[in-house]
Amino acid sequence: MKILETKNLIKRFNGVNAVDRLSIKIEKGQITGIIGPNGSGKTTLINLLSGVLVLDDGEVILNKTKKLSRILPYQIFSYGITRTFQNVRLFEQMTVLDNILVVITERNAFSSLFEKHTEYHYKLAKEILQKVGLWEKKNQLAVNLSYGQRKLLEIARALAMKAEIYLFDEPFAGLFPEMRKVVSDIVQGLKRKNKTIILVEHDMGLIREICDYVIVMNEGKLLAEGKPADVLKKREVIEAYLGN
Amino acid sequence: MAYLIHLAILFAIYAILGMSLNLVVGYTGLLSITHAAFYGIGAYTTAILLTKTGAGFFTSLILGIFITIAVSFLVGIVLSKFKGDYYSIGTLGFNTIVFAIFLNWQNLTRGPLGIPGISRPKLFGINFDNNFVFLILALVFLILVYFVSRFIVNSSFGRVLKAIREDETAIAVFGYNTLYFKLIIFIISAVIAATAGSLFASYITFVDPSGFQLMESVFILAIIILGGLANLRGPILGALFLTLLPEILRFVGFPADIAAQMRQVIYGVILVLLMLYRPQGLVGEYKL
Repeated sequence: MKILETKNLIKRFNGVNAVDRLSIKIEKGQITGIIGPNGSGKTTLINLLSGVLVLDDGEVILNKTKKLSRILPYQIFSYGITRTFQNVRLFEQMTVLDNILVVITERNAFSSLFEKHTEYHYKLAKEILQKVGLWEKKNQLAVNLSYGQRKLLEIARALAMKAEIYLFDEPFAGLFPEMRKVVSDIVQGLKRKNKTIILVEHDMGLIREICDYVIVMNEGKLLAEGKPADVLKKREVIEAYLGN
Repeated sequence: MAYLIHLAILFAIYAILGMSLNLVVGYTGLLSITHAAFYGIGAYTTAILLTKTGAGFFTSLILGIFITIAVSFLVGIVLSKFKGDYYSIGTLGFNTIVFAIFLNWQNLTRGPLGIPGISRPKLFGINFDNNFVFLILALVFLILVYFVSRFIVNSSFGRVLKAIREDETAIAVFGYNTLYFKLIIFIISAVIAATAGSLFASYITFVDPSGFQLMESVFILAIIILGGLANLRGPILGALFLTLLPEILRFVGFPADIAAQMRQVIYGVILVLLMLYRPQGLVGEYKL
């Protein structure tokens, strides 16, 4: 079943189409890799799908029924979407524990005034932080974590959302092998739970290993799509990466 | 002793102002330079009602709060369109407008002449004419504001405020409509500032526009930066330091003809040194 589709998405920056009439379909319960050379519009696409950037044209269709031509960042939670960022964006001057608690407590501004985190929230945060091996660091400020730990905390924050669609923007970049294994296990674990993962990634080995489907972007357009083994052999894909 | 009580009352009023501004600047990361405007709205509401209508202090306080809620709601909506430095400049503009109203709406505010003859509060037969009794009232308000602030920052709401300060887009994608959070804390902060204004007007028994200029907003900002942002004790220490320091410098013994100027210079130098060697303030948990 198609859980997410885009139809003729356009995003312009100073007259240049960073995403150019992009129409793609994402299958539920699969890991879809988005690849392409630098500047091909992968992160822009993630930003459009998460409302961080405003669509200039086109629409996003969720579950075949919900058509969206304007997405605001705070709405994506209610659509069952969550994300990580290419450049890690944590709440730096807050503790590791608070980085998780803040996204699982009351969302209504007025009600949240009268809410303190409960044992339920604490246990949930503990469970998630243990999964990424950061529970011992719960009282440290996020700014004091190492690069790899910061990436893991960001993934943990997304996991806490219990979303249906996970947009992961280069979650493996710059990680040591053992941390890559942790992230890879998390991503595949989500798939086993029938969650949908959209993964922007540069590591072709990893794409082959964990993705069910690959979408190749170049200059904001769809260049190729299909199963990783087939797509990565295509001449135009190799040329886009390596040049003529 | 009377002098010390006077200083203590001023300290309490500035600590209340600092604590309320800390909610917006320290916890939410919005560099607002307009607190004197709301402080002034509270002060003028009390001054006008007490001198022209014969209403009681607490009635004027409540009306001042309602006016402040309405004004801060509208200003907050407009300011929500701005980010970063532009936000600060927007707040600065609002302070300038309010000051101009105090100065020029002569029928209501008597302009630069100010409003004299404001009476002291009376409640349940207690008359606050005595400065010591007024000090107790000011301290009660200070303690109340401290606990309200603590309640807010320890709530889930307070945690979201900090997240907005750290990265507004990031917290938004997790389902938080940050506009509401910013608006609510801006209104709460403004209401507390108006309360401090009511106290001030009733204590000094006179208001004029000069007390609510931009420089007053900068002074309140200095209190919280010096004391320490995003810490509940920060504004208290900052207010203590900035109300007492000029007074202590009176006793240094400069020659009479340059004493006032020297006090200003030393006051300024101490502030610069503190910012150089302790930019997070005395007990701050966050740097701008």
